[in-house]
Amino acid sequence: MAQSVISLDRKPPAGLNKGAFARRMLQIGQALAVLGAIGWLIWAGIAQLEYRWQWYRVEPFFYRVVDGELIWGPLVRGLILTLKIAGLAGALAILIGFLTALARMSGSIAGRAIATTYLEAIRNTPLLVQLFLVYFVLAPIIGIDRFWAGVLCLAFFEGSFAAEIIRGGIRGVDRGQVEAARAVGLTRVDSYRYIIVPQALPLILPPLTGLMISTIKHSAIVSVIALAELSTQALNLISNTFMAFEIWFITAAIYLSLTVTLSFAVTLFEWRLNKPRR
Amino acid sequence: MSETPLVEITGLCKWFGEFSALWDINLSVMRGEKVVICGPSGSGKSTLIRCINQLEEHQKGSIRVDGQEVRPGMKGIEKIRREVGMVFQSFNLFAHMSVLDNLTLGPVRNRGMAPAEARELAMSYLEKVRIAEQAAKYPAQLSGGQQQRVAIARALCMQPKLMLFDEPTSALDPEMIAGVLEVMEGLARDGMTMIVVTHEMGFARRVADRVVFMDKGEIVETAPPEAFFGAPRTARAAEFLSQLLAH
Repeated sequence: MAQSVISLDRKPPAGLNKGAFARRMLQIGQALAVLGAIGWLIWAGIAQLEYRWQWYRVEPFFYRVVDGELIWGPLVRGLILTLKIAGLAGALAILIGFLTALARMSGSIAGRAIATTYLEAIRNTPLLVQLFLVYFVLAPIIGIDRFWAGVLCLAFFEGSFAAEIIRGGIRGVDRGQVEAARAVGLTRVDSYRYIIVPQALPLILPPLTGLMISTIKHSAIVSVIALAELSTQALNLISNTFMAFEIWFITAAIYLSLTVTLSFAVTLFEWRLNKPRR
Repeated sequence: MSETPLVEITGLCKWFGEFSALWDINLSVMRGEKVVICGPSGSGKSTLIRCINQLEEHQKGSIRVDGQEVRPGMKGIEKIRREVGMVFQSFNLFAHMSVLDNLTLGPVRNRGMAPAEARELAMSYLEKVRIAEQAAKYPAQLSGGQQQRVAIARALCMQPKLMLFDEPTSALDPEMIAGVLEVMEGLARDGMTMIVVTHEMGFARRVADRVVFMDKGEIVETAPPEAFFGAPRTARAAEFLSQLLAH
């Protein structure tokens, strides 16, 4: 029997996806149960301390109005300094990381040796130790203040991780793409600018976002050289007011809002980056 | 036809570590000539043509393209590559760019051509490979055969003196091969100098001025296609051809 007519009516039978909604609801229920349990544990722990909450005293930590003039409080000033430190250090870290990645992949033996030494030395020693060394030993010699000592220290620390992320991303670009760029006669710089970097970017962005989030959080460590960023201000406020829980919760919330905003912005950017190819 | 060869290879040797990939290759290709290179896999065909534009570096011997010596690690290799178009087995279209941008990148960046002029040039080549209606699409949205035709157009956009084809139809579904070969035959009729690594023996018969048979990194036999396919002089070539025709 030669029945060769291709069937044009290929609708799925009714009820094919019937279980999907129920499964989705069950998953949401599970997530809520876990979050609820964690919330209850925290609440119970704090309740047991018989802590006296003083949320009404919090407002002046953000701002005060004196004689009709707005004066920013310590937490806002700390936040601004944190943004400056993390922003500068993050940007420098990406630059340092890119240059180190290029040096590691270059044909120059000296370049590879210097890059590898930097990478292993910085990546494998504690940031706190590096910070003390730079601030007390190096900074007086090269004549930089505590702000730049903190920024450069963070930048070189995060840069060592950025280097490996970026190198991995560039390695992840298909070899054929690089060969085609060379075959067309693009210069090395043009190959990177038009072919390699644009294709490595979607591979690099997710881990690099993680690194930038780390940079924001690691910026708290410069409090040890008495830079008045967010964590320093929080510590000072706590020693003056003994409102440890309120201030740490607020500080954590500020850091969280910074990092979540960053994640969200990068996710949007990634989505735009990947759109045209589909 | 001018007297000096466009490509002149003498005493070329290449090793991958201890492995001898090419041994004492001598080959000249005149302007307008079409040379098909064939041979079993691993015989060094691809390596040979990849040495011509220095995607592979040779260690001994000399390669001249249009009178200019091509040396490993040389400065200004880009200038030579711009005169040598290359088509890869796996197409290698720039995945993040539209078809049109794939074609205009070279002329704009390498030749300093105005973008509008480059687009016009690109569209004329896309029409030539009969794919102009796909100009706005991305490579992943095209079939293999369409991608390969775009790759040919991209190479032509640099207006090269020589075209290298590295097994251009080996990664294609059977029904896609004819379209690509047709484009290549049209190119041959227009007088392009071509060096083609391929197992398409029909194409070789129709287009090639010479067939070069390679085995184990050496050129074993060079002959016009009728002679090569009709009566190969060497036993190795005869064996290769019989295996090719067996299926």
